[in-house]
Amino acid sequence: MIEKPNLSYIHSLSGGDKTFEKKLITILKTEFPVEKKLYEKNIKSNNFIESAENVHKLKHKISILGLIKSYEIASEFENNLKESNISLKDDFDDIMQNITNYLNTL
Amino acid sequence: MNCIIIDDELTAREIISHLCSQIPSLNVVAEFPNAIQAIKYLNQNSVDLIFLDIHMPDFTGFDFIQTLSNPPKTILTTSDSNFAIEAFEYDCIVDYLVKPILLPRFEKAIQKAEKTDFGNTNSSSNSDKKLASSGNDLYVNIDRRLIKIDIPSIYLVEAKGDYILIKTEDKNHTVHSTLKKIEEKLPTNLFLKVHRSFIINIKKIVDIEDNSVLIKKDVIPVSRSNRPELMKRLNLL
Repeated sequence: MIEKPNLSYIHSLSGGDKTFEKKLITILKTEFPVEKKLYEKNIKSNNFIESAENVHKLKHKISILGLIKSYEIASEFENNLKESNISLKDDFDDIMQNITNYLNTL
Repeated sequence: MNCIIIDDELTAREIISHLCSQIPSLNVVAEFPNAIQAIKYLNQNSVDLIFLDIHMPDFTGFDFIQTLSNPPKTILTTSDSNFAIEAFEYDCIVDYLVKPILLPRFEKAIQKAEKTDFGNTNSSSNSDKKLASSGNDLYVNIDRRLIKIDIPSIYLVEAKGDYILIKTEDKNHTVHSTLKKIEEKLPTNLFLKVHRSFIINIKKIVDIEDNSVLIKKDVIPVSRSNRPELMKRLNLL
């Protein structure tokens, strides 16, 4: 069963500072699609090392949204990509879609 | 403490900046999305503390530290815990924070930074180690990026007008510089100027004829005046 993203980390970090929360969510909503698109471009071109770098960067956002299991999958996928292994691509793509859907609700 | 944040991810910079705002003793004076901009800033300004991401495109956090002659206290911020051991190789690194960073852990790192006194560190042995580890590297400026080249991998340097062509085992680099400048940076036990336009790595010689040497697949002319020095360097039977 797929995890549901949440804002627990952001709430904990903000200490109730709503302005900061809003600003951070805006940045996430702007930066995430750009990083995701770059990953998609690289994986489509079989640029595995670059894709691994993209996944590494996306891992931070996965963790910010409290997706513990997804983070583990992303870490494994990052390592696999360094060896040109894309066996976890579908799982990672599901994570990306899950985050996209969630960010659209914010 | 005046500090700067270096991270290519805006989300990360925003989080670290917010965490800094929770600590009265910290003052964020600048943020940078890449190491090159930070190096330029540090050439003109000094800071007490750097928050530094390891994974950045083209130039890692460790590469960045090695470019600084006297690096300030540094706290590494990363999504990857695999580099912790390498981090201990550097005197300036006071802590290692794995993202996502929470305030209690962040506060602990700042306490460590505040307690660390560079003046009293047992830095002589560590400095020697740092020198030894960076002594094999040469940084060259290409398209406003500092590219690291492993010196022993260089087998040939050729003057080409206002540029030099550096040939290494992996790839070639064209750099706006002179043969004289790079000659000063290369260890004399490995490299020799054999012609006004060529410096060779003498360990990479394949064979020698009267007035030329074969390096990899390049035939390089040897000036009459430089030939005696070349012959002196060879282990002749």
